[in-house]
Amino acid sequence: MAACGLLRSVSSNFITVLPALSRSAPLCPWRRVSKPCFGRTIASSSRLSAALKFTDKHEWIRVEDDGNGTVGISNFAQEALGDVVYCGLPEVGTQLAQQDEFGALESVKAASELYSPLTGEVVEVNALLADKPGLVNKSCYKDGWLMKMTIANPAELDALMDEAAYERYIRSIED
Amino acid sequence: MMWARLMVGVGGPGLGLRASRDGLLRVSGAGCPGKRQQQRQASSAEAALKKTPLFDFHREHGGKMVGFAGWSMPVQYKDSHIVSHMHTREHCSIFDVSHMLQTKVHGRDRVKFMESLVVADIAELKDNQGSLSLFTNEKGGIMDDLIVTKTDQGYLYVVSNAGCADKDSAHMKARLAECKAAGFDVDLEFLDEALIALQGPSMSQVLQQGVKEDLSKLTFMTSALATVFGIPGCRVTRCGYTGEDGVEISVPQHRVVELTEKLLQNREVKLAGLGARDSLRLEAGLCLYGNDIDETTTPVEATLVWTIGKRRRQNKDFPGADIIVPQIKAKTARKRVGLVSTGPPVRQHTPILSSEGKVIGEVTSGCPSPCLKKNVAMGYVDAAFAKNGTAIQVEVRKKACPATVSKMPFVPTNYFSG
Repeated sequence: MAACGLLRSVSSNFITVLPALSRSAPLCPWRRVSKPCFGRTIASSSRLSAALKFTDKHEWIRVEDDGNGTVGISNFAQEALGDVVYCGLPEVGTQLAQQDEFGALESVKAASELYSPLTGEVVEVNALLADKPGLVNKSCYKDGWLMKMTIANPAELDALMDEAAYERYIRSIED
Repeated sequence: MMWARLMVGVGGPGLGLRASRDGLLRVSGAGCPGKRQQQRQASSAEAALKKTPLFDFHREHGGKMVGFAGWSMPVQYKDSHIVSHMHTREHCSIFDVSHMLQTKVHGRDRVKFMESLVVADIAELKDNQGSLSLFTNEKGGIMDDLIVTKTDQGYLYVVSNAGCADKDSAHMKARLAECKAAGFDVDLEFLDEALIALQGPSMSQVLQQGVKEDLSKLTFMTSALATVFGIPGCRVTRCGYTGEDGVEISVPQHRVVELTEKLLQNREVKLAGLGARDSLRLEAGLCLYGNDIDETTTPVEATLVWTIGKRRRQNKDFPGADIIVPQIKAKTARKRVGLVSTGPPVRQHTPILSSEGKVIGEVTSGCPSPCLKKNVAMGYVDAAFAKNGTAIQVEVRKKACPATVSKMPFVPTNYFSG
């Protein structure tokens, strides 16, 4: 599929998993904002990509209409981690400084800590993940969101990568 | 997130994800060597990984290659780990295990020779019967685990771990020199055949289409020479590392791709990698050398007393027998047990605590069980806590989580007894 061309450049290893990913997830949302995309997904693509910022540790944060941030992990990260079987997430009310460890995701073979993209307070945690940790793989930008937090210091967003910069970052570390 | 955490080993403190400076996912590998050596090995391992005859084939089929025990091996293919694992339990999967060491021991004194190194009663094996056994050292520790088969072709056929290949072959060669000097008629031949495992409930239906021998006569732990899908000179042994009915097929190198392709033509069959191999063997309660057993564990501590032949216990004629045999009666201070928990997965080095919070042991390998949807693990605990059903705790990320000592296998096995 056309949108797969984007990720094809990321790594030859990932080519073979693309069909599975693109069946359920919006296709490469952070790239296809302005280009024609498969009709059904274009509206959600725009909304999703509107304010996605990325950390170098592969978390993303999206600023919502209410001013809070939704946090998750990127497609690159979920693909590398494999089938998520357990999500260790923080309690609501937890105060986090930027880069604080806020939880962990585990697959059958790997465990990975999660680091807060910004300073703020946890206001909601994705309750669906307790029974369906696989949502992180199937829908890492949408249904597999991890937590929502307040944004204490919006200026911190400027230090994060936008979609294009993150895409370049992945390419640079892939070799 | 940073991949700072090591995964469960796939054969030693092996397959690991570790973070580099920029948070990059990096895969390193090692076999039996300890942790320090693993780090040192990682960079040279990446530089000079050995390739099995299926290397290009794996890549063509979407194999994600990682370094393991000095070899470039597929950890998974296009299917996710869990899909691959469940396919093996419900259909059958092919695993490339050509990295393992295959050895033939020839000569009139081959049984005496081999028995001087391992704990098995080899003389009592029936023709073409094999057994799991252990190389032990003078301190009573386990040097490697292996399968030795007494073929009716005038040789013993031995398969041992890839991560211990250098150690095992040096060990056998040293003993060979001693035995030859003492006038034994014995010789070693290290094979360069490829080795593939076909594991799962539909294995025999798949394989029967390619062999004329009646597979219902080839029971668990027996071996036979056969022409397989038109390829002569194959050795088929009904054994494996998944807990399912399965075989390992030793096949001439230059025809292993052909054999694998033939098997894959059957819709029942899929390729599987080291990732699924590890979660399958753990569910089956099978030890991983380097994690669950090593040179610091005796067969008694490891609850592998059954591998020590009755005659061998009486004669005490294997390395470390003077330490090991008394332990059978006297019991040991610690014991290997299985444990089950829910909540955060339990991995190697996870501390095991009593319900009061006292440290009583450590996990040696563990993973979330795709079949049980719980966490399964093996570890060593103080003997007082080793009884099945004992309530214990595991400490994951500084929090104590409840766990229970459990019998193994965690998932029932399906070995074919005929």
